[in-house]
Amino acid sequence: MSDDGDRGLPGKGLVQGLAVTLKTMTKRSTTQQYPDVEPELPPRSRGVIALSEENCTVCMLCARECPDWCIYIDSHKEEVVVPGAARARQRNVLDRFDIDFSLCMYCGICIEVCPFDALHWTPEFEYAETDVLDLLHDKNRLGEWMRTVPPPPAHDVLGEPSKEEATAARKAAGPGAATAAKTARPAVKRPETGR
Amino acid sequence: MPIWLELIVRVVAVVVAFLVLPLVVGQAEHKVMAHMQGRLGPMYAGAFHGWAQLVADGVKFVQKEDVAPGEADRRVFRLAPIVALFPYLLVLLAIPLGPNGLVAQALDVGLFFVLAVLGVGVLAVLMSAWASANKYSLLGGLRGAAQLLGYELPLVLAAASVAMAAGTLSLPGIVEAWNPWWLLWQAPAALVFFIAGLAEIRRPPFDMPIADSELVFGYMTEYTGLRFAFFLLAEYVGIVVIAALTTVLFLGGWHGPFADQLGWLWTLVKIFAVSFVIIWFRVSYPRLREDQLQRLCWLVLVPVALGQLVLTAVVKVIM
Repeated sequence: MSDDGDRGLPGKGLVQGLAVTLKTMTKRSTTQQYPDVEPELPPRSRGVIALSEENCTVCMLCARECPDWCIYIDSHKEEVVVPGAARARQRNVLDRFDIDFSLCMYCGICIEVCPFDALHWTPEFEYAETDVLDLLHDKNRLGEWMRTVPPPPAHDVLGEPSKEEATAARKAAGPGAATAAKTARPAVKRPETGR
Repeated sequence: MPIWLELIVRVVAVVVAFLVLPLVVGQAEHKVMAHMQGRLGPMYAGAFHGWAQLVADGVKFVQKEDVAPGEADRRVFRLAPIVALFPYLLVLLAIPLGPNGLVAQALDVGLFFVLAVLGVGVLAVLMSAWASANKYSLLGGLRGAAQLLGYELPLVLAAASVAMAAGTLSLPGIVEAWNPWWLLWQAPAALVFFIAGLAEIRRPPFDMPIADSELVFGYMTEYTGLRFAFFLLAEYVGIVVIAALTTVLFLGGWHGPFADQLGWLWTLVKIFAVSFVIIWFRVSYPRLREDQLQRLCWLVLVPVALGQLVLTAVVKVIM
């Protein structure tokens, strides 16, 4: 008991130790009762990737940008006859859209690059499998995840207005009042004459 | 009541206490330790906050194979857990629960008997250590023997101080003679007794013989199944016994409001309070090194206990 000689009363450390454990006992414990109680995940949690099939144009950007090459896309072209048009239009039809979640590293690049909002993060994370091959989610399975996609977070009331909103406001105000809307985004200079 | 019926009732009561109290204390340890570490502890067994965890553990231990090492001294190896457990059962016989003879066996030399029987514990440690034919067991057992022999001295000296103050060796007699003023007068002895008692039952921070980070599990390394469970049970009964002895000798046993009707409750409340402190110490303090352990015993506890003896004698002579 001679080890704590240089800090005040002898035995002070012992009492402090007891105090710490007693204080911790009276606080709520941090344990999460996970299987019984659903965890409260933070917004924008990266659980699994959902596919909104009708938004996909088979542009292949996601598959090309994927660092792991874990997105597999097959498609064919279909002719769509548009009445009144000179000739039939061509349209891409998705045959296969698979994401292999045994390879995916959840970087989210595919979701970032998608120009048409076909891919979304969802916080769902309970899709473990006993067979690694079952982690290859096809487009139906990916489509089912769409139900769990949370609504986008509300816009920050103090933040800059989105590009679309600013443009609409300028259009509504007419060509003369363009300067008022420009004050919010001084860097952007765009020829916005009323068409 | 015929004598044989009374005998059966007393023995059954002690056996029930022997089986129930350690489980309650063990469960309390699970939960208290968990919450002190910011956890929840057992939550599933028995559906409500894991109250049946130790029962489930017991069932698990019964199912396990009883393995004895090939080189082991079989008979001694098998006997050791019983020897570890049995003294505590005998001690419980002599501990008074309430006034008016609410004790399984009122002994005139109760204190002497209790201390003598507690001393058998070292035998179990040495038996299990030597018979296991395992170097870790042996090291743990020798550490245990050194510790138990060392701490026996302050334990007995502190208890002797109370016996001198009360003028009797009978445990109910000591509680009868107890006075709230003793809390102050016998405070050093109480402290010495409690700390030495912790070392006697090899609880952290005095668990050098077990020291799982150095000696695997000390003298219990080779034990499995039910015999291992006996050692664990002995640890929990040990908590109850040391808490009960501290209560009876230093905290006034059944003394409290309505002692005539609720004396037994006061004893139990005090036992559980002391048990809580024992668990609390385990959570708060790291294990003492072997040399620190011996220093604490011989350079602090023994002198304090001797000083207390002098103090007790002086006060006794003056008053």
